[in-house]
Amino acid sequence: MLKVNNLSISFIQYQAGLKQRNLQVISNLSIKIDAGEILAVVGSSGSGKSLLAHAILGILPKNAMVSGSMLYKGAELTPEIQKKLRGADITLIPQSVNFLDPLMKIGEQVRCSAGSGNPREKQKSIFRRYSLDEKAENQYPFQLSGGMARRALVASAVVGGARLIIADEPTPGLHPQIVRETLGHLRELADDGCAVMLITHDIGTALSVADNIAVFYSGTTVEIAPTADFKGSGEALRHPYTRALWNALPQNEFQPVEGFQPSHSGHLKEGCLFEPRCSQSSQECKCSTPEIREIRKGKVRCHNAT
Amino acid sequence: MVQASLFKFIIGKSIRIISLLAALCLLSFVLVSHSPVDPVQAYVGADMAKVSPEQRAKIAEHWGLDKSPAERFVLWGKSLLQGDMGTSMIYRAPVTDVIKERFQASLALMGIAWALSGILGFLMGIAAAMLRGSWLDKLIKWYCLTLASTPTFWLGLLLLIIFSVWLGWFPVGMGVPAGVLKENVTLANRINHIILPALTLSIIGVANIALHTRQKLIDVLESDYILFARAKGEAGLKLLWRHGLRNIALPAITLQFASLSELFGGSVLAEQVFSYPGLGQATVQAGLRGDLPLLLGLVLFSAIFVFTGNLIADIIYKLVDPRIKEGNAI
Repeated sequence: MLKVNNLSISFIQYQAGLKQRNLQVISNLSIKIDAGEILAVVGSSGSGKSLLAHAILGILPKNAMVSGSMLYKGAELTPEIQKKLRGADITLIPQSVNFLDPLMKIGEQVRCSAGSGNPREKQKSIFRRYSLDEKAENQYPFQLSGGMARRALVASAVVGGARLIIADEPTPGLHPQIVRETLGHLRELADDGCAVMLITHDIGTALSVADNIAVFYSGTTVEIAPTADFKGSGEALRHPYTRALWNALPQNEFQPVEGFQPSHSGHLKEGCLFEPRCSQSSQECKCSTPEIREIRKGKVRCHNAT
Repeated sequence: MVQASLFKFIIGKSIRIISLLAALCLLSFVLVSHSPVDPVQAYVGADMAKVSPEQRAKIAEHWGLDKSPAERFVLWGKSLLQGDMGTSMIYRAPVTDVIKERFQASLALMGIAWALSGILGFLMGIAAAMLRGSWLDKLIKWYCLTLASTPTFWLGLLLLIIFSVWLGWFPVGMGVPAGVLKENVTLANRINHIILPALTLSIIGVANIALHTRQKLIDVLESDYILFARAKGEAGLKLLWRHGLRNIALPAITLQFASLSELFGGSVLAEQVFSYPGLGQATVQAGLRGDLPLLLGLVLFSAIFVFTGNLIADIIYKLVDPRIKEGNAI
């Protein structure tokens, strides 16, 4: 349903005086989501996950420059098309209750997003679907409990009937039961034929619901693997970073990875971005940036992967 | 629960205004009684040489100036509590009547300036924020910053020079035409006289509200909920109408009510420049000529006026903002 090829996003930043510089935050990123599938995009903070979501929706800040291609149902996502599709075809499930207008009643906010058709009927039916009671209709965001706020966010995101749903960190710091419920909603949407992109830094959350996992490192995908490959001590995984992430989990080996993700100060280095932290690095890794290639039904960006 | 909090609100505000007024009375009384202006001399004026010391003493005695300041303060306070603010020495009328008459003139002036600067400033702020970084935004910002540092009297003089002296469109001063009987003054006359002073106050008053609204709207436009609204397909003026105005209107209204003190201060200067017979001009006269009862009356009145403005702002917040209104109800 959505295909992103070689997407790069950079920002123009003004430094002292009139000196400009380009800040590359996402480089050569490629992902693909089909209808009925949940693709989890996993990466640490600052790896550019949210920007990917904003780029697909076309709501990046004005000083952002985008290159590469994004295809929705085979058609190029131009700014005009994005404007038409926002809310109706593509939608966002945001992080927190702060994304609701603090001075507008929940019912009204949901009706605002209903798009075509009878807003009141659509709102009533979406409220029933997400078991929000009638009282919630006339309540303000600050009056909702954590769980209700989540459901209200999902309700107001999907009321327009979108088919591609981007959930940007929808479960930060929530009670496990609410997390399960929210992830359940995403699974339900996917089973109804929607394509769902779940952006998260929590690999556990991702594994519990997603079909495929895309691992982000420093603004690009280093690996896209089926969820089933995350098992044992990561033998089925293709990229050393993915394996390191998997093995860093408490229930696995609890082994941290040394070093830091490179920040976007100035130019990114030549060669593989993970090379300084990689135990298998070779001369080739230092000099040339690996292309993404297909290995064992997954994709990986590593010279040494087999 | 709601009633209890309302009760608390009223009691709290009452204590505040009473203590404020008491402190103000005392402070102004002390200041004025130490003023170098001799009320008798100010009253008699140029004829001072013709008035004998005995006569002067008599006037002072008639006004009670021979008593000690503390005694005078107690006497004044007693009659104030009975609703009697005394008699103005320069207008030779009860202070209440003077204030009433003057306030009507000032109210029209300040009301026009208040509404005009509020609406214009709000619209300018919205335009600047929506077109942030454009030439219009820069122009509005430049205009506001320039005006925020412009003295009221200077702008008044400028308008007077341009529109009254050079162009001759409006009268040079006063609230009504000179030499016309009170019964014959028309509404058109009054409007003609009020335009320049009202314009002076409006032009100055715009800056505050416009800059504030601009910044507030920029914050709102960068907020998470606007991002989410855009992600759901809302855009343009509809987005501004639904989510923008709702979130900037309340602070703007509050600011406008809370700015009554500045408006009052500005009107003192504007009325002086335009010889407009309002409260401000009376205040200056009372101060210069040592008219203690009138000055104290005006101080009390203006304190109540400004306090009321702030009180209204508070109440509007309580009535309109659901986060405060319903937050109390829970």
